[in-house]
Amino acid sequence: MSTPTSLRYTETHEWVRMEPDGTVTVGITDHAQNALGDVVFLELPDVGRTLKAGENCAIVESVKAASDIYAPIAGEVIETNQAAVDAPESVNADAYAAWLFKLKPVNADDVAKLLDAAAYDKIANA
Amino acid sequence: MGSAAQRIVRRTLLRFWTNLNLPPYLAPKLPTLREPHLGKQTPLFDLHVAAGAKIVDFAGWDMPIHYGSQLEEHHQVRRDAGMFDVSHMLPVDVSGAGAQAYLAKLLANNVRKLTLPGKALYSCMLQDDGGVVDDLITYFFAPDDYRIVVNAGTADKDIAWMRTQAAKMAANVTIVSRRDLAMIAVQGPNARAKTWAALPGSQAASEGLKPFQAAKWQGEFGEIMICRTGYTGEDGFELILPAQRAGEIWKALEAAGVKPIGLGARDTLRLEAGMNLYGSDMDETKNPLESGLAWTVDFTDGRDFIGRAALEAYDRSKQLVGLLLEDRGVLRGHMRVVTPHGEGETTSGSFAPSMNASIAFARVPAAVQLGDTVEVDIRGKLLKARVTKLSFVRNGKVLV
Repeated sequence: MSTPTSLRYTETHEWVRMEPDGTVTVGITDHAQNALGDVVFLELPDVGRTLKAGENCAIVESVKAASDIYAPIAGEVIETNQAAVDAPESVNADAYAAWLFKLKPVNADDVAKLLDAAAYDKIANA
Repeated sequence: MGSAAQRIVRRTLLRFWTNLNLPPYLAPKLPTLREPHLGKQTPLFDLHVAAGAKIVDFAGWDMPIHYGSQLEEHHQVRRDAGMFDVSHMLPVDVSGAGAQAYLAKLLANNVRKLTLPGKALYSCMLQDDGGVVDDLITYFFAPDDYRIVVNAGTADKDIAWMRTQAAKMAANVTIVSRRDLAMIAVQGPNARAKTWAALPGSQAASEGLKPFQAAKWQGEFGEIMICRTGYTGEDGFELILPAQRAGEIWKALEAAGVKPIGLGARDTLRLEAGMNLYGSDMDETKNPLESGLAWTVDFTDGRDFIGRAALEAYDRSKQLVGLLLEDRGVLRGHMRVVTPHGEGETTSGSFAPSMNASIAFARVPAAVQLGDTVEVDIRGKLLKARVTKLSFVRNGKVLV
């Protein structure tokens, strides 16, 4: 399972990418998609919703289970990935390409406080 | 604050495991991402691990939930042929001069209907109050010779119950647990042909079998009981075979093009087929009449079976129906169902791969009619679902 070093991670298995324009893209990790199995349904937050760090904001459902997704950092939802909603299996195919939502962070520095790839791998493989 | 967080964690954990349709007493303590392999193992366990299976705890057994993709495994069974290791289930031999009379009293369906050797009967075994001890299949060979296959999670309880009842009736029976046997279910439209290709000589012994009929075949692997039964809604066999030969037989089937299928796909296949799962759709607190199993209870001839009086007194206020979700989402077990006649609850639910939709079984008031629209509470949102029969897919065809 892959954990790109260019991304940041949470203990709850989200990945986070800081974009050049200051927004933040969020998805679930390869480890998470593998643990969940075939993804069949996504429920994503409404655009415009303001999220607190750690807030339960989305659902990923696989054939066997539903899993909550938490906001990695505080921010406003500015976009959700309709292509992933329409083809949930894309999360299994490439969890880092099939992003879930983008945030405009309250504080961009929050991203650097998240786990790096090595720290996440330690948790994921604990 | 802490309690809210704990609630979320608890809810998430509960949902994770209830979504596997395991009753709480069968569910593992924590949804660990690595598998401790601490449970009981079937004779095929090492082959599952070698095939890359993801192993989970099921009723105390380390079982494969999938070998890669649960969805692909589901389609493999609907479109071709797949095999399941179901060796965690337990064959129980019931023999003796009193066997028929004993089973006629023990089971809610009537074993006296069985006259053709090898004929199978699906039945519930009930408590006095009508609650279901287990659901099982009984195979008839002679009035003094039966084999029963019971569920894994209930096997110990079933044996104890059966022995207690035999003692109470002073029945002239011998009850023998057959943990020396393993079971492989081969299911799918090509399952029989591929089984015959894998096991030379088996065709002559089994091609004349009708659905729900079995034969014992003596071949190179010892005695294999070939049963034309299953839990998928597809044609195929369940093979009851010597445990020490299970690996060879599994490999022979694999070489004939039968793919290994995990318990995950077994659950979506049985759900689409409208087949009950013990512990989710019924248990000791529910009777067969409110569990979609009235067709398995035989009230004719005034036969005195355990639980009869309670079933006759039951007001038939509840029924088990199918639900097809019309809004987007995924139905799971233990969701609240809102109907014009009162509330109900889903007992099992999942995404249905052959229908590309979500389906569930739900226990609802008896006044709810087929075709009605009801609402299901999914995380606080009421989503629309249509009431259907308890059979969504049969022999590869969608029925609803």
